Amino acid sequence: MKLPAPSLILLLLLTICFSLATYLQPQTMKWGERAQADSMMKALLGDGRRIFANHFFVKADIYFHSGYYPSIFDQGHREESHSRHMVEGHDDHDEEEHEKAMDIGQPKDWIDRFGRQFYSSSHSHLDKPGQAREILPWLKLSAELDPQRVDTYTVAAYWLRSKLGKPAEAEDFLREGLRANPNSYEILYELGLLYYENHHDLVRSVNLWELALRRWNDQDKAGKKPLEISYNEITTRLAQVEEEQGNLRQALYYRELEKKASPIPDAVQKQIDELKQRLASKTVSQSLK
Amino acid sequence: MNAVFALSNVVIKELYRRKDFYVLFILTVLITLVMASASLFNDDKIVRYLKEICLLLIWISALAMALGTASRQIPAERENRTIFPLLAKPVTRWHVVLGKFLGCWLACGLALVVFYVFLGLVSASREHTWPVLNYFQAFWLQWIFLAVVIAIVLWGSIIFAAPSSNATICLVFVLGILIVGRYLNQIALQQSEPMRSIIYGIYFIIPHLEFFDVRDLVVHDRGLVGWGACVLVTLYGAAYTLFFLFATWLSFRRKALN
Repeated sequence: MKLPAPSLILLLLLTICFSLATYLQPQTMKWGERAQADSMMKALLGDGRRIFANHFFVKADIYFHSGYYPSIFDQGHREESHSRHMVEGHDDHDEEEHEKAMDIGQPKDWIDRFGRQFYSSSHSHLDKPGQAREILPWLKLSAELDPQRVDTYTVAAYWLRSKLGKPAEAEDFLREGLRANPNSYEILYELGLLYYENHHDLVRSVNLWELALRRWNDQDKAGKKPLEISYNEITTRLAQVEEEQGNLRQALYYRELEKKASPIPDAVQKQIDELKQRLASKTVSQSLK
Repeated sequence: MNAVFALSNVVIKELYRRKDFYVLFILTVLITLVMASASLFNDDKIVRYLKEICLLLIWISALAMALGTASRQIPAERENRTIFPLLAKPVTRWHVVLGKFLGCWLACGLALVVFYVFLGLVSASREHTWPVLNYFQAFWLQWIFLAVVIAIVLWGSIIFAAPSSNATICLVFVLGILIVGRYLNQIALQQSEPMRSIIYGIYFIIPHLEFFDVRDLVVHDRGLVGWGACVLVTLYGAAYTLFFLFATWLSFRRKALN
């Protein structure tokens, strides 16, 4: 039997490949999450990308400490939440605790002592103006890999809006996070802060915080154990704004809520008492008029 | 000494005749430039991630070149039987070992200079500064690191049967030290005897290659390493290099060539 020309065989094989591809491609779309991936990372790594997302989030924390970071051998005793440390101001006690958690201990021998000259072995933060931008690439990458990790959006937005003067970029990133996590009270709270502190748009910020409070309550009812500290932050902000606006009744309502989750309920109670007094005197003055 | 330089000259010429360096350099340039082109929150001053990626690629490339070049030197001479005419000249086996080492080391040094110039350019394009001394220290310490690695690989090329197995074993050994070498003392303290003493013994014996890795300091602008420490670590690297070269010569001296 005489075989056709090799170029014809090649053409036939290419046609078969193409035909099969057109048939198989829609089938493979149903096979799993990876096939329906909307990003290259998702397609390449599947759910495994979440491990890398965590790695890059930690990397941002390492950058925040200018390369100083306890190794896995040192950090068994660490309890602090990385994201909270990256965004919040600390009082002396917090800073002392943080120093303790980040401590890599005294050198154990001469090799250890000598070796510390060749890597970042002293604790510091990115405090100089604009330096904080260096953590952003890792947070962006972390968000790409795991869009459901809410901390990534809130931490990045905090630095963008409060230290780098980029509220527009912060808002874009938060909205990206909100699209991926529509029920996140943390993102809504951060978005509210952005409107309050950067855009000075009181109405929008109150709306966002109220929505955040509703989302928090929904999650609480669903037994998802939302963070108490977030509840405290949201209610505190709402109470403050209502007080500033002169809506004392509403402020009182939020202070009562705040007291439930506050680590210092006595201080909140004092504020409640003051508010009640102001409300009473306001009522008296109104009735006199 | 002329014989040593002549031998090293051949190795350097081999490196730039082969395509390894060009491929690795172009890959490093491409990956770094792609990363640099990424738009991150409309901020074009973000530079540390770029320096970190570029330095990582430089380390990978340099290690690949050192392992690849050093592992095939002596086996290739034996396989091609060019070792016989070589040793028929007034060249001793010590000259061969030293010449091969010097050639590989200088070739890697030349490649490193090109890589570090590129790093400096990338960094300067964003930071608008030239921390030349920091780059020099990083370059110098990496070069000393490569000297130790090349000496280890040369010894491996006498002990192990094939260049591929030698390169793989040496790669695992070097990476192992770079990753956990610094923490072996902590691991030892968590063990009970006799494991504690064994691990501590290993900790003190191994060459602490992580000393030569100052990428952290360069990336995070942590300043210069003390010059005294630089001299000491250079002596430390030189001592280990000499040890491995001597071990290579000892093994090579008794080795049948056919």
